[in-house]
Amino acid sequence: MNLPVRFRRRGGASLWFGAALVAALIAAAAVSLFWTPYPPAAIDVPHKLAPPSWAHWFGTDSLGRDVASQVLAGSRISILVGVIAVGIGLAIGVVLGLLAAFARGLIEDAIMKLSDFVFAFPALLSAIMLTSTYGPGVVNAIIAIGVYNVPIIAKLTRVTANGVLAREYALAARAAGRGPIAIAFDHVLPNIAPALIVQATIQFAIAILAEAALSYLGLGAQPPQTSWGKMLADAQNVLYSAPWLALYPGVAIALSVLGLNLLGDGLRDALDPKLKTRS
Amino acid sequence: MLLEISGLAVDLPAPGGLQRIVDRASFSLAEGESLGVVGESGSGKTMTALALMGLTPESARVTGSIRFEGRELVGLDEEAMRELRGDRIAMIFQEPMTALNPLHSVGAQVAEPLMLHRGLTKRDAQQRAIELLGRVRLAEPERAARSYPFALSGGERQRAMIAMAIGCSPRLVIADEPTTALDVTVQARILALIDGLRAESKMAVLLVSHDLAVIAGHCDRVIVMYSGLIMESGPVEAVLREPKNPYTLALLEARPRPGAPRGARLRTIPGAPPVTHENRAGCPFAGRCALTVNVCRTMPPPEVAFGANRFSRCHRAREVGFAQ
Amino acid sequence: MSEPPLLEVASLVKTYRLAGVGPFSRKSARPALAGVSFSMRRGLSFGIVGESGSGKSTLARIALALDRPDSGAVRLEGRSLFDLRRSELRALRAHMQMVFQDPYGSLDPRQRVEKIVAEPLAALGGASRAERRARVQASLEAVGLKASDASKHPHEFSGGQRQRIAIARALITRPKLVVADEPVSALDVSVQAQALNLMSDLQIEAGVTFLLISHDLAVVAHICETTAVMYRGRIVETGPTEALFAQPAHPYTRELIDATPRLDRPMRVAPLAPANGVEAPSEGCAYAPRCPFARVRCRDEEPTLDAAFDGGRRVACHFPLA
Repeated sequence: MNLPVRFRRRGGASLWFGAALVAALIAAAAVSLFWTPYPPAAIDVPHKLAPPSWAHWFGTDSLGRDVASQVLAGSRISILVGVIAVGIGLAIGVVLGLLAAFARGLIEDAIMKLSDFVFAFPALLSAIMLTSTYGPGVVNAIIAIGVYNVPIIAKLTRVTANGVLAREYALAARAAGRGPIAIAFDHVLPNIAPALIVQATIQFAIAILAEAALSYLGLGAQPPQTSWGKMLADAQNVLYSAPWLALYPGVAIALSVLGLNLLGDGLRDALDPKLKTRS
Repeated sequence: MLLEISGLAVDLPAPGGLQRIVDRASFSLAEGESLGVVGESGSGKTMTALALMGLTPESARVTGSIRFEGRELVGLDEEAMRELRGDRIAMIFQEPMTALNPLHSVGAQVAEPLMLHRGLTKRDAQQRAIELLGRVRLAEPERAARSYPFALSGGERQRAMIAMAIGCSPRLVIADEPTTALDVTVQARILALIDGLRAESKMAVLLVSHDLAVIAGHCDRVIVMYSGLIMESGPVEAVLREPKNPYTLALLEARPRPGAPRGARLRTIPGAPPVTHENRAGCPFAGRCALTVNVCRTMPPPEVAFGANRFSRCHRAREVGFAQ
Repeated sequence: MSEPPLLEVASLVKTYRLAGVGPFSRKSARPALAGVSFSMRRGLSFGIVGESGSGKSTLARIALALDRPDSGAVRLEGRSLFDLRRSELRALRAHMQMVFQDPYGSLDPRQRVEKIVAEPLAALGGASRAERRARVQASLEAVGLKASDASKHPHEFSGGQRQRIAIARALITRPKLVVADEPVSALDVSVQAQALNLMSDLQIEAGVTFLLISHDLAVVAHICETTAVMYRGRIVETGPTEALFAQPAHPYTRELIDATPRLDRPMRVAPLAPANGVEAPSEGCAYAPRCPFARVRCRDEEPTLDAAFDGGRRVACHFPLA
């Protein structure tokens, strides 16, 4: 009765704020393709470790590179990692999850046990193993994070798909003579999409954090590429003399993660059909 | 008079302002009497029952007067209300599975009001709980007391809920669709049980149901609600034999009658019960009603009395029943 | 008659294994269907009456081949459904459709009405878009809805209207048999009447034969020429509806009739009888523990569905009433 009104307002705040932050992230990446205050990799040793000023809005790092430009350019890596890693997770995870939900029995058990197995490895450890075997670099970092996303999405897909398959309209579709693939596309996917979208935004945020961690360990972006995680790693040594070097990339990461989580919350409320009232 | 309701109104906030769910309801209930409240979805019958218990949603606005044992309940603070609930007024709900806590044993739940209101020790309360479970005719009451809700059948759970309700010998029991979720044979026994308990302890029963036949079999008086408004009220036999309100009549005629020829046309009520209670200017049943005339849409229907305890809210109450 | 029965169900048995919860619950397998057989002729709607645990919903699903029985056969116009290849079964589904109980759950909330109603056609394939649209329109109008309703979503309709949409969906392939599982139970009384009138009309105008499953005797009596009463997975009595309800031969049918609240007479119930949490016995008649007329033979020997009286009545009882 009055509940839908309350929820919609709450979902609205998260949604707009989150969307604004995410839009800012995307805008930063887009802008950085064409323009940055200085070339991010331009070394300018005489002006190294300069505090924020009009010339260098965020200051410079230990090699004189403009921090603001690096933050802008680093956003590209963050988005790249997020999109591809989540993309891998969705592409493979959804298929596995649907397979488990429809096939049931042994196949379902096998897929879920496999997911548990991948889960059991600490994510970072898996990423470290992969990158140390196949070499560091953004691409391998992305693959490592992506692989970790697969079981999360697969489990979520299986659970929500089972929920849809238990509903009467799925049974009605079977009674009408539709096959499992038709039911998957026409009924299951549209109904589980909101949950998946929300989870995807969460995984996106986690991917950004994971990339930052990997780069911090030196396993992610390699020079001359720059990423926020790498900036944090580099900032370690001069933390007391030039704290802004850690502050700006750190805040950028925090705001991006916050924005994505808020977006996820807002989308969950906005897309929930139970909150739609009858006209 | 045990219970006297006067001008009870319940409003809920809605996108377009306040929505009136119960519209100035007035009725009374004597000790030991049984009153049936019949209506379809959107009639406001459940909200009326909740208002009596003070269990309306947080955002609801309750106005009017509810006098129980001479005491005004509208506006009563929560703590005083809590003392009444389970003790003087009890409620039985529709879905015993969700109304009973799945994590507590049945015996513990039946014992709870006894400890709360009568100050019994845990052991005494549990002993009394077993007695109560026997009183509601559960076979093996000790076993039932030890069981958890999932182990009992629907009918058994409903009996347990009744045991919980009558534990403190309440003066008034409100039963909101107590048998709708049960099989018809189980329903018959549960209703008979309620009748029996009523006779034993002179407690009053307010029975809310969508099923006229259930009310016919177990209530002394009936009120018929539609879109928040009481359309007709009176002794059950008289109202059902000779309804004075077109809505009551339509409800009676819409049921397939046993013994009627198969496929006989049922007299339907065109349209559907209103979802939003918008146009309050006239009668909410206007348009769907076979007797609709212009005044029905513009003026609220008056209460027309038919003897001491009977009235109908209709502009054309005296014409109901004659050739339509 | 040379024409095979529209639907023939032969000795269906189905058991569900229950996972035990906790050490004291019943772990045993309970037969949902313990040997059910009946046959339906075209044009004569068939009613199945039963309460929870009777197996009626399981029967509905198996009759439509949505579930496989442990043993037994289901034949639609002589063709055994479980012996067909998947493609053959799919083609056959055009002739048998289903209407479900819950008008809120049986329609996909994310689809428009047009897509929902056209779904059986999508399964069949072959119809062009224009043809599909035309048939959806015709189906909607046949159930008293407007063609313009096709572009709306389910949540824009009331419960009674949604049930009509479900019926429109069931009719679109012009099926011969429609299985309706508690089609009006979730509807308000005033709306139930509309749905029942609609179903009566469809019997005449569209030549639909219903297999109607309900706990409500009055609803079944309104639509079906023949009725079967089920108890704990078995048919206990079957025959022409009017005769069955006017003069029940099985004590359970009698109990059902007496327990149904009626406006015109007071209820005759064994008052204050103990609650029935009783397990169905493994030997003898399943109803014996509850039966006021049970004798020794009833507990030892399970009765079979035999002819009683005339006019096609059959009862599974050692000591039928009247």
